[in-house]
Amino acid sequence: MAEVAETTQPLLERATVDELKHYYYQMLLLRRFEERAGEMYVKAKIGGYCHLNLGEEATIVGLMAALTPDDYIFTNYREHGYIIARGVPPGPVMAELFGKETGVSGGRGGSMHLFDRKTNFMGGYAIVGGQVPLAVGAAYALRYQNKPGVVVAQMGDGTTNIGAFYESLNLAKLWKCPVLFFIVNNGYGMGTSVEAGSSEPDLWKKGASFRIYGERVDGTDVLAVRDVVRRLRARAEAEGEPAIIDAVSFRFRGHSVIDSDRYRDPEAVRRGRELYDPIRKFATLLLEHGVIDDAWLKAVTERVEREVQEAIDFANNSPDPKFEDLYKYMYATPVPNTPTTEDAIRAVKINHGEFDV
Amino acid sequence: MPEMNLLEAIRQGLDEAMAADPRVFIFGEDVGKRGGVFRVTEGLYDKYGPMRVIDSPLAESVIVGACIGAAMNDMLPIAEIQFADFIAPAFNQIVQEAARIHYRSNGDWEVPLVIRVPYGGGIHGALYHSQSVEAFFAHVPGLKVVTPSTPYDAKGLLKSAIEDPNPVLFLEHKKTYRLIKGFVPEEDYRVPIGPADIKRPGEDISVFAYGLMLHYCLEAAQTLAAEGVSIEVVDLRTLRPLDTETILASVRRTGKVLIVHEDNLFGGFGGEVAAIIAEHAFEYLDGPIVRIGGPDVPAMPFAHSLEAAFMPSPASIAAAMRRLAAY
Ligand SMILES: Cc1ncc(C[n+]2csc(CCOP(=O)(O)OP(=O)(O)O)c2C)c(N)n1
Ligand SMILES: [Mg+2]
Repeated sequence: MAEVAETTQPLLERATVDELKHYYYQMLLLRRFEERAGEMYVKAKIGGYCHLNLGEEATIVGLMAALTPDDYIFTNYREHGYIIARGVPPGPVMAELFGKETGVSGGRGGSMHLFDRKTNFMGGYAIVGGQVPLAVGAAYALRYQNKPGVVVAQMGDGTTNIGAFYESLNLAKLWKCPVLFFIVNNGYGMGTSVEAGSSEPDLWKKGASFRIYGERVDGTDVLAVRDVVRRLRARAEAEGEPAIIDAVSFRFRGHSVIDSDRYRDPEAVRRGRELYDPIRKFATLLLEHGVIDDAWLKAVTERVEREVQEAIDFANNSPDPKFEDLYKYMYATPVPNTPTTEDAIRAVKINHGEFDV
Repeated sequence: MPEMNLLEAIRQGLDEAMAADPRVFIFGEDVGKRGGVFRVTEGLYDKYGPMRVIDSPLAESVIVGACIGAAMNDMLPIAEIQFADFIAPAFNQIVQEAARIHYRSNGDWEVPLVIRVPYGGGIHGALYHSQSVEAFFAHVPGLKVVTPSTPYDAKGLLKSAIEDPNPVLFLEHKKTYRLIKGFVPEEDYRVPIGPADIKRPGEDISVFAYGLMLHYCLEAAQTLAAEGVSIEVVDLRTLRPLDTETILASVRRTGKVLIVHEDNLFGGFGGEVAAIIAEHAFEYLDGPIVRIGGPDVPAMPFAHSLEAAFMPSPASIAAAMRRLAAY
């Protein structure tokens, strides 16, 4: 993992006890949510492709702690943690992973396509880089309408190699957009390391030729992430200065739940999980400073366990989407000569061999 | 003759082509050390090294674009697009450059390029890991579009594609990768790009399909045989250039037509097949030309209940056959 500078500011000047406890709680919630989601995948409750945020909890919670309700967030497909840390309850998120009607996207999207209008969560995007230009446009809209807030374009390290990223950097600077390019640098894009995929592996420097400021931060340090985002967010909002944040962390598992991760040395992965575990690191810090004690840790662990179980129960007990709704939401308004509910019913009947063409 | 699945046949084809001609190289995301997400290129990196089995940065446009340039300069590149859904960033390179260079250079430059593209649904891949893209590309003159559905055809067509001096889009239905097994000869052979193949001869109805749907059609034809209806199943195999002769000859024999694809119907490839038949075999038709395809929704929804509604099934195909037989 790449080296980053450390701060010397005393802990309790950086956050209140309640804030610190809340960050810990949120990180643990994301950890257990993801671990249990992985279990649900193995139990075939979740299908398809499913990417976990394990190891990235501090990156996510730090980012969200620095954002305001005015801000907007675009993410990639590894986004369960983001929408939860943004304030959407775990139940509807798990339900979406299960493909249920009560899911945040009505079961149509699944793990990679979470949306929530109320929290300005502009979605998970499975086409790599797809979200990045959109974020610039959304930021331009804020500027144009003189609205407060910034837009975050979250992406992975591998994403910084696709053309859309550079086109977006250029426009963001030209248009003075309040946008943060937030790179979750977990060292790998699938099986390709940062060094193998990027001729400039210091990803925060990739804005240089666009005159965009960039900074690297330890993505396993929740307070460091929060502080960097706060600082660059304020500047983006006030001055329309876009910025790159390169948050370095360690990917705990394979690329997705079904990736066997054979291209990484198992011993290095084991060591990485120990060295770069943001939650363990934060617990040690809080214990050392007397912010929490073992009894509190036990209580918060139980609370998280219960909440994640409730999310699973909620998902389990939710109905499947109705096939009659297959054509719903194709267009924003009713449109003549497009398929209807009856057409959906007919299509399904045909597929079940019940209807003659 | 050894039996193998479709994925293994493609891997063997790649391996043999690389062994036979040092100009062949593979370029794509995680095709090297990781052996590709579906493991199609597994083992080739160890065998041929990093100059010939190359892990690309995450950038489809340059994957295809760089391969076009190399192809123009005496190499035989095989680009891999990890999933058909991710081909869009390379659309410009394929359609504007690869397909048009020979024509617009007045025949000076050739683009002997293969683009391997896993496509199709039924694997719970949701909106961006399930798409069928053949209609976009079959529309473009200058490209060849190939859709094998058996291990034998896949290997034979792949070798033809690699040797072809034109850009070939090689579409592999990802659900058939491990599902479909078959015999593949030990000796070197080719399946030519162009001819369709009658996978099951019959008399009452001509069915045209490719990819996973071909297998669903064969299954449905089996069901109908038990009911006394004789179905001819024609594997189109190459969508462009299309073997209209085999299609029309079959229709002239049976007089009834069912066209099946997984892609959504509107503007889909089946429309072209239907139009050709209507234009050139109208007087032989004893019933309406029937098409089955995915419903016209923006993409495959995730929920199982909706995915089941999306995919044509052997049952839906059999139902259409029955109705058509009775017409
Ligand atoms: C345009 C496009 N190309 C390829 C893919 C396949 N793919 C999905 S994730 C991924 C790796 C992305 O790595 P990174 O940006 O580092 O994000 P991470 O998964 O590590 O969070 C690839 C190649 C895709 N989804 N979209
Ligand atoms: Mg990454």
